[in-house]
Amino acid sequence: MSYFIDRRANARHKSAVNRQRFLDRYRGHIKRSVEDAVNRRSITDMERGEKVSIPARDISEPVFQHGPGGKRSIVAPGNREFAEGDRLKRPGGSGRGDGSGEGGASNQGEGMDEFAFSLTREEFLDFVFEGLELPHLERKPLVDLDETRPVRAGLTRDGVPARINIVRSMREAHARRIAMRGPIRRALREAEQALEAEEHKDPALRNPVRIQELKAEIARLEKRLEAVPFIDTHDLRYNNVIQQPQPSSKAVMFCVMDVSGSMTQAHKDIAKRFFLLLYLFLERNYERVELVFVRHHTAAREVDEEEFFYSRETGGTIVSSALTLVDEIIEARYPPGQWNLYVAQASDGDNWDDDSLTCRDLLVGSLMPRLQYFAYVEITPHAHQALWEEYERVATEYADRFAMRQIVEAGDIYPVFRELFQRRATHA
Amino acid sequence: MAERKPIATGSDWNFEVLAEFEAEIARLADEYRLDTYPNQIEIITSEQMMDAYASVGMPVGYHHWSFGKQFLAVEQAYRRGQMGLAYELVINSNPCIAYLMEENTLMMQVLVMAHACYGHNSFFKGNYLFQTWTDADSIVDYLLFARRYIAECEERHGVTAVEQLLDACHALQNHGVDRYKRPSPISAEEEARRQKEREHYLQAQVNMLWRTIPEPAAAGSTLVEIDEEDPLGLHAGGRYPPEPQENLLYFIEKNAPLLAPWQREVVRIVRKLAQYFYPQRQTQVMNEGWATFWHYTLMNRLYDDGAVDEGLILEFLQSHTSVVQQPPFDSPAYNGINPYALGFAMFSDIRRICESPTEEDRQWFPDIVDSDWRETLQFAMHNFKDESFVQQFLSPKVIRDLKLFQILDDDQDDMLEVAAIHDERGYQRIRQALADHYALSVREPNIQVQAADIRGDRSLTLRHIQDERRPLADSVYPVLRHLHQLWGFPVRLESVRGDEVIGEYRWPAGASDEAE
Repeated sequence: MSYFIDRRANARHKSAVNRQRFLDRYRGHIKRSVEDAVNRRSITDMERGEKVSIPARDISEPVFQHGPGGKRSIVAPGNREFAEGDRLKRPGGSGRGDGSGEGGASNQGEGMDEFAFSLTREEFLDFVFEGLELPHLERKPLVDLDETRPVRAGLTRDGVPARINIVRSMREAHARRIAMRGPIRRALREAEQALEAEEHKDPALRNPVRIQELKAEIARLEKRLEAVPFIDTHDLRYNNVIQQPQPSSKAVMFCVMDVSGSMTQAHKDIAKRFFLLLYLFLERNYERVELVFVRHHTAAREVDEEEFFYSRETGGTIVSSALTLVDEIIEARYPPGQWNLYVAQASDGDNWDDDSLTCRDLLVGSLMPRLQYFAYVEITPHAHQALWEEYERVATEYADRFAMRQIVEAGDIYPVFRELFQRRATHA
Repeated sequence: MAERKPIATGSDWNFEVLAEFEAEIARLADEYRLDTYPNQIEIITSEQMMDAYASVGMPVGYHHWSFGKQFLAVEQAYRRGQMGLAYELVINSNPCIAYLMEENTLMMQVLVMAHACYGHNSFFKGNYLFQTWTDADSIVDYLLFARRYIAECEERHGVTAVEQLLDACHALQNHGVDRYKRPSPISAEEEARRQKEREHYLQAQVNMLWRTIPEPAAAGSTLVEIDEEDPLGLHAGGRYPPEPQENLLYFIEKNAPLLAPWQREVVRIVRKLAQYFYPQRQTQVMNEGWATFWHYTLMNRLYDDGAVDEGLILEFLQSHTSVVQQPPFDSPAYNGINPYALGFAMFSDIRRICESPTEEDRQWFPDIVDSDWRETLQFAMHNFKDESFVQQFLSPKVIRDLKLFQILDDDQDDMLEVAAIHDERGYQRIRQALADHYALSVREPNIQVQAADIRGDRSLTLRHIQDERRPLADSVYPVLRHLHQLWGFPVRLESVRGDEVIGEYRWPAGASDEAE
């Protein structure tokens, strides 16, 4: 007796749990590979999975086994020229072993130096951002929020036809019909019985007037019964939808970069990677992330991504011009009540001397109170200048929302990024 | 020949066609007196096949990272085209579950049904090892029970705790079987019902063994020889266990001093599953050979009866030929002796010996020449495992066909020696050497529990009896570490050659004083 079962529609990924267990177990190894990959990869390339290799001996499952040595006998097929008693040189190393079909799980991976497998894009990014948290990720509080979301809230007696709840409306109608017809039916039944009794009486005793009356009564009642409407406007019920205030899930990230002559393409590449990491990170935490690119030398300008990273200009540096522009853009387009505001700034630290002070005033006076976070990276191997010092003062004032780090070369980006966004247990 | 009326042609299949073929194969199998469990044939996708692979042939498994590793390895190899997936997977259960991949062509599906649903299936039902060691009726239930129990443990005691315990058990699972004692069959219901009872009972037993105030052993009853070190005879209670134990997991389950009841239960689950797989490890050549022999025979019958067309049978022959191919030892494709090739050659040869024996066969196999080949084949399938099957049935003709030869590799000799080839003088020796090669007792190190110091420091001593001077591989240390986790007190393993201890491994490490 046999029967067939079509399992093709059943759930796949039965191994998902085991796969996850494996990834968890070798977290350390995988993280190292991922970190290497982040630093090695080109910027546009962050959005795919990664091949990871782990030394096979690190993940082997040990069992008691025979080691090399001792006296062994091997049976092999395909003899051509050997005769009994022939003596042969040992082929390189300890020889081929008795590797006949022992297959299966026990010695899986034996003889391979590396155990290689692929992470999916999601898993890859999970590892990239593992243990990081967005500073002040607490969504914008409800008070100053006008973002709402429609949610269902029971039924209502009026509304638009599109929202009619048919089942509930029909049920109401049914109940009303029962309620309204009941007394009429009862009266009708009584009238009919009376009429019947009257008509069955001896013809001599019949009261024709009474019969007339009863017949009229019955006709009237039947008419009333018919007049009870099948469905009435009172019966209609509508699905109620109300607007519920909603924590904002929108974020905007300002990328601010110095493009004065002193920033080389290498500097910009480093900055770009840093911005990109931040963008990916934000994207994982908010439903919608907008990017605003502001580049500046002595004057600031809002540009598109292409121009931001690749066109070159020269000139001096006035950082405050960019901060002012950011301030204006926020004012005009991103009311802080609805948007989570993040600013990431990259610069080589050069600035007009007097301007650094202006920057601090701008930040403290106007920007910082509205921002969720301000991250500043200084890409320079040299000593810090006035801007860094002024920023340090801002940092002390807004310790948990203002962060600054120095990056010297591309390899520093990821560690610095991790450092900036490290989950702070004490703040949580 | 009858006019050919193929059930279907081309390479597409559908369920009606499969059912028709299945019925036809069933009819033929019945004619050949193949006794099988009912078949449950499941069509799955390649992704599901990878899942099935990863759980090493268990239709439901508990969760463990090692299955994830297996899955990733399969997935990687498959995605990069290094490896095709098997066309089928069959599970020793009643009903016998066979997985067929949807990508298979019609020919493949028919072949796989013959191979798995009638070949392997009848082997599972008939072979004595499977009958003794596994219980096809209850395995799926038991697996469900195991999975649920382990999931519960994870919930209660944390995933990490359970994972570490399973790691330790897995390291010892090849030593979880009493080779010479028939085990009691496993039953999920029974397990669940008796589990509570057992927890108490087991713990009580362990407590007895490890109570801190030992009764003076055999005081007064016998005259104990006075030991100068131990004049009061406190340690004179005899050795525990009185006989060496080869079932390490069983010993741990019953005797480890510190394991909690749920941990003993997990040890038991791993042990029971090891027991379920124990026959498969010893019958690979026979099992595959038997299934291959029958798919070959059944497919040819389908052709002779006109149920398949020439196209299908040619496709089949090509596929069959590559399955039973045996590359010679010096070919880059050589990867040991192909169990399909050897098994198929041997079963086919038994049939040949029965039907048209030569003078040589009459000398070598006086019992089976001219017997009914079906009965002889059944007899061989029922009563042997790879080791004894080779010893009994490897014929000179198969040795000649495969050109088998034996090489001695002695580390005290700087040359290899060809000990036997396919000639009159070599047949017996090759037969013996190949049989040894399939013997678990030769393939795996012989390790037994020697003593547990129940009156002293509670240390556990294992003994490795060396065979042909073959030492243990370096994996011995990680395994001892796992054993130590289970036992909770120092563990020692001594390597013995003859009566002489020639090496010792300890965990926690200290210095290992390995003699060699």
